[in-house]
Amino acid sequence: MSIGHTLLGLLEAGPSHGYDLKRAFDSRFGQDRPLHYGQVYSTMARLLKNGLVEVEGVEPGEGPERKRYAITDAGLTDVATWLASPEKPEPYLQNTLYTKVVIALLTDRSAEAVLDAQRAEHLRLMRELTRRKTSGDLVDQLICDHALFHLEADLRWLELTAARLDALRTAVSA
Amino acid sequence: MTRHSDVTPGPLLLASDLHKSYGTTPALDGADFAIRAGEIVAVMGPSGSGKSTLLHCLAGIVQPDAGAVRYRDRELSTESDAERSRLRREEFGFVFQFGQLVPELTCLENVALPLRLGGVKRRAAEERATQWLERLEVSHAADRRPGEISGGQGQRVAVARALVGEPRVVFADEPTGALDSLNGERVMTLLAAAARETNAAVVLVTHEARVAAYSDREVVVRDGRTATGLTAGAL
Repeated sequence: MSIGHTLLGLLEAGPSHGYDLKRAFDSRFGQDRPLHYGQVYSTMARLLKNGLVEVEGVEPGEGPERKRYAITDAGLTDVATWLASPEKPEPYLQNTLYTKVVIALLTDRSAEAVLDAQRAEHLRLMRELTRRKTSGDLVDQLICDHALFHLEADLRWLELTAARLDALRTAVSA
Repeated sequence: MTRHSDVTPGPLLLASDLHKSYGTTPALDGADFAIRAGEIVAVMGPSGSGKSTLLHCLAGIVQPDAGAVRYRDRELSTESDAERSRLRREEFGFVFQFGQLVPELTCLENVALPLRLGGVKRRAAEERATQWLERLEVSHAADRRPGEISGGQGQRVAVARALVGEPRVVFADEPTGALDSLNGERVMTLLAAAARETNAAVVLVTHEARVAAYSDREVVVRDGRTATGLTAGAL
């Protein structure tokens, strides 16, 4: 999962401090693996360096100064490009796809388009494997079958998510 | 086996802005579709999305309430039932999930049936049917009735029957829906290979990704509308 893109997507809702971004991330995506503070601040430093976020204000506190980050136009474009680019099909994609779908819903983009682009990419690879299998020997067939069944499982999840988008839209906006 | 030499660059079958309702329930709500000769297109989408209605409109089985279906130089939505029925018999082939073989006839007679209905003499029809049973690797079932063979064999007989008239378009609605993985794979491999050899277009309705992977591209139907699957621009 791309932590940078996810934090950028969360920032689209409005400027935020690193601490609040970590809390938003953990509550939506960090069920098993909450972010470390160090990850948040190093990621924000990278996004700042690349011009994808800017510091809108600095508030002194008891500890280190608290920076308030805002997404830039380049950051908005970066999120849109990330959402529009299908992931390389491979097992255990669910975390990344789930994150993309939620970010699309949170930012009023088309979650259907995210799923459609991913379906097309999965099917493209499945066609390649099917061609290889059809013209190959038994070993090729068995190897391709294994990959095809995994990709099919991803696609089943994807279709189920597509069928549940209205419910998910309601859940994330609550 | 005749290879259709349709090299027209444009679509063989083209549908635009199709609308169809059953009572007050809309099944199609502005669906578009195009397929070229020799192309296999998977029509995907959840149950109730309008996939089968789209197939029925494309094949001239059902008339849309609005929109156009153009096959070569013919506009199907303005043709009579009899004209469309003849078109289906002469130029289209059909494979469904269940119940398409006549139980009283042998498999050979089932495959020869479309030719016989088209006026081909028995001997010639059965010769061609025999070739297609061989092509689909079910020659051994020629003298048996559908109730005496397995589901996988029956579906290959059904594919032979769909292809025996060497149609320009094959409509396949969940052709492997009732089969296990191995039999489904055999049916799809043989169907795709035979269609490519004859340059037939295949409209393949399926909800199974592994079946859709035999296609050249997919069209997704959702709420009666079609998307190509390449909708990243919609973001």
